[in-house]
Amino acid sequence: MEEKKLTPKERLEIPPQRMREQTPKDRIGNVEEVPFGFTEEEARIEASRCLQCKTAPCVQGCPVAIDIPAFIKLICEGDFEGSAKKIKETNILPAICGRVCPQEEQCQKTCVVGKSRKSVDEAVQIGKLERFVADYQMKNCKPEAPHIKASTGKKVAIVGAGPAGLTVAADVRREGHDVTVFEALHKPGGVLIYGIPEFRLPKAIVEREVENLERMGVEVKYNMVIGKIFSIDELLDGDYDAVFVATGAGLPMFMRLEGENLNGVYSANEFLTRANLMKAYSFPETDTPIVKLRNVAVFGGGNVAMDSARTALRLGSENVYLVYRRSRAEMPARVEEVHHAEEEGVQFLLLQNPTRLIGDEKGWVKQVECIRMELGEPDDSGRRRPVPVENSEFTIDVDAVIVSIGNSSNPLIPDTTPDIETNRWGNIIADEVTMKTSKKGVFAGGDIVLGAATVILAMGQGRLAAIAINEYLSTGEW
Amino acid sequence: MNRILEKVSVTPEIFTMKIEASGIAKKRKAGQFIILRVSEKGERIPLTIADADAAEGWIELVVQIVGKTTKLLSLLEPGEEILDLVGPLGRPTHIEKVGTVVVVGGGVGIAPAHPIAQSMKAAGNQLISILGGRSKDLVIMEEKMRAASDRVMITTDDGSYGMKGLVTDALQKLIDEGLKIDLVVAVGPPVMMKFVSLLTKKYDIQTLVSLNTIMVDGTGMCGACRVTVAGKMKFVCVDGPEFDGHEVDYEEMMQRQCMYREQEKESMDRCQSE
Ligand SMILES: Cc1cc2nc3c(=O)[nH]c(=O)nc-3n(C[C@H](O)[C@H](O)[C@H](O)COP(=O)(O)OP(=O)(O)OC[C@H]3O[C@@H](n4cnc5c(N)ncnc54)[C@H](O)[C@@H]3O)c2cc1C
Ligand SMILES: Cc1cc2nc3c(=O)[nH]c(=O)nc-3n(C[C@H](O)[C@H](O)[C@H](O)COP(=O)(O)OP(=O)(O)OC[C@H]3O[C@@H](n4cnc5c(N)ncnc54)[C@H](O)[C@@H]3O)c2cc1C
Ligand code: SF4
Ligand code: SF4
Ligand code: FES
Repeated sequence: MEEKKLTPKERLEIPPQRMREQTPKDRIGNVEEVPFGFTEEEARIEASRCLQCKTAPCVQGCPVAIDIPAFIKLICEGDFEGSAKKIKETNILPAICGRVCPQEEQCQKTCVVGKSRKSVDEAVQIGKLERFVADYQMKNCKPEAPHIKASTGKKVAIVGAGPAGLTVAADVRREGHDVTVFEALHKPGGVLIYGIPEFRLPKAIVEREVENLERMGVEVKYNMVIGKIFSIDELLDGDYDAVFVATGAGLPMFMRLEGENLNGVYSANEFLTRANLMKAYSFPETDTPIVKLRNVAVFGGGNVAMDSARTALRLGSENVYLVYRRSRAEMPARVEEVHHAEEEGVQFLLLQNPTRLIGDEKGWVKQVECIRMELGEPDDSGRRRPVPVENSEFTIDVDAVIVSIGNSSNPLIPDTTPDIETNRWGNIIADEVTMKTSKKGVFAGGDIVLGAATVILAMGQGRLAAIAINEYLSTGEW
Repeated sequence: MNRILEKVSVTPEIFTMKIEASGIAKKRKAGQFIILRVSEKGERIPLTIADADAAEGWIELVVQIVGKTTKLLSLLEPGEEILDLVGPLGRPTHIEKVGTVVVVGGGVGIAPAHPIAQSMKAAGNQLISILGGRSKDLVIMEEKMRAASDRVMITTDDGSYGMKGLVTDALQKLIDEGLKIDLVVAVGPPVMMKFVSLLTKKYDIQTLVSLNTIMVDGTGMCGACRVTVAGKMKFVCVDGPEFDGHEVDYEEMMQRQCMYREQEKESMDRCQSE
């Protein structure tokens, strides 16, 4: 199709195309995805806003350095499939990143269009375009069969089927090595499947991506907890020439508050796993229960807290309070998620901190006691430190609490493989460029190295690791 | 994978199931468990590995039907497969020669007690087993426990078999006999473990209990299985399932086990009407 020639000035005048969404009222009654996605028309208009900058600052903002102007240009030309293929040269999971990347902090943050319109919100919506072409390809095109090099006879074991592990699987398999992914759960995807809710990332997308990997000849073995069924040493002594550890950060933190073990108190991980992986939203159609939540308090201010709060609404809660000890500006969650949560009716209790949970005579949580906070001096993270206002305690009535203050690292692998060095938080120490650990033949990446990070950072580390693994397998040099 | 080799009904509520699982059979140690799921819509439930044969590649479970998932499991027949089976999970029992060990198994808890008794005996301990049940037919695995023990005592609540009374009565009797007990391992309903621990605490006898909290993933990711032990939060699936019986907050644990009572009933009622 012909593309209209536009001057940069004309391009800059095109307003951002806003994606249509389910109304807040509709969407809290279902678990379907919130935004509908661009139409072809909308995508082409949005793409035409890109100035095709020579220096492409957007690319520097993307942790995997997707050739953004190139894929956008192909959209302008109407070659959606070509555009998807372009992205997949560097990012195997565009349908996922297009949905969950914090674009406003990454590629879109540095976009020239946003800069000149003086708002990140007005930047070229790179993520949404990425999502569009990935969805287009999934719906309309034959599944790709990427070229796989002739078998090398070498074998790589990947521990964990989250975004880091899946990325390495693809990149290593392409070089002709045999790849086995060992996954502890009964489904692949890691946080993508058990944590991030359906309404933000439909599970069918994750499953499709994994099918693509399987089509490439990657073998995924479910229900395999490494450290239990096999140790890393057993993998290396057995069939495997190299191991990539990508076990994620899953070990929920609690606040050490009185009453945290009362009935009705969940970690966000448990709550989201019950809801997403085990589909408790369909109980009793499905067998995994979740407590009836009329009034729910969520502790925390990150993406995980937003996901928990919005999931609670969809499970029928009447009042969902999000208790966060700093102010809105410090919230680590994505702006879009905070906005969606607010639209849907999540009640933000900012500058407040829970101090204890109060139970009824049967051991169920019935109240949360909170204290008001004010912002003091900046702390190490540069954010202003919240300090409690004396004697400002108050209580809210709840029948469930979701603690969403982060995860620490899972010790299963380090405990059983003492020669893999970890830092004082239990994260595996890996070289920043090669992702090599202290143990020969073992690489690591994603949340187990970074602590809690993002999908694309986990994938970025996966790419680095894959390059180093391929190199190691071909030279044998450590 | 996970093919059912054999199913034997022990009582109307308890059955044993042998499952083909060569990897787990090779790796498992006393005290460890598996998590399984029987259908695409099913729940993940933990069950202890009661026995296994590494050479033949099977594990055995002893299951009490208490709700929907255990019911669905009981309906599977030899030749059918279990959808998902993951293990071995949890830390193995610390096996050591300490002298005299008393293994106390209550009800279906006798099943998980069996491999512990076997290993403790193999390590050179004098092994006494106390098996308790509400009535005669709930005292399971007697033959296997006899084979693993130097002495077996049986108690039933109604006196239909062995001595009438609770496992704690039998334990008290041993203590009164003047036997020097170096370690007690108790596996069974939480109340039983609680009372065994209270008794042994009085006599300062080291006691291990195996906790059966509600679980989801079994890898330390969710925190559903958390308990308070010696004032600290522990995750049963990765830190346990065995803990120092004198340090466990049983009240809290029992209260948490009831968290889904309402929903479990709903699920079971539906299942039975189907
Ligand atoms: C609720 C929630 C919302 C989030 N939202 C966003 C978002 O909007 N945008 C974003 O960019 N990031 C988001 N994140 C963060 C992002 O999901 C993670 O940074 C990313 O998934 C990390 O990838 P990973 O591959 O390192 O680990 P994970 O995704 O955690 O995957 C690890 C996998 O390893 C498996 N595993 C663990 N131990 C073992 C073992 N011993 N043997 C075998 N398998 C094992 C686990 O079961 C899991 O499948 C969110 C996280 C959560 C929890
Ligand atoms: C480490 C461990 C080892 C166990 N070993 C055995 C065993 O060898 N034999 C045996 O019969 N039982 C064992 N159990 C208990 C068994 O897991 C439960 O009986 C089973 O989950 C009940 O599921 P249901 O759907 O049939 O019943 P439900 O109706 O769901 O529940 C009945 C009761 O079982 C408990 N329960 C429910 N869901 C879970 C869950 N996901 N995880 C744990 N407990 C739950 C609750 O206390 C509940 O009140 C063990 C539990 C643990 C934690
Ligand atoms: S992967 Fe993420 S950061 Fe990179 S271009 Fe896509 S949305 Fe932006
Ligand atoms: S910075 Fe913005 S306008 Fe420039 S190439 Fe990248 S997306 Fe296009
Ligand atoms: S069962 Fe999830 S942490 Fe133990």
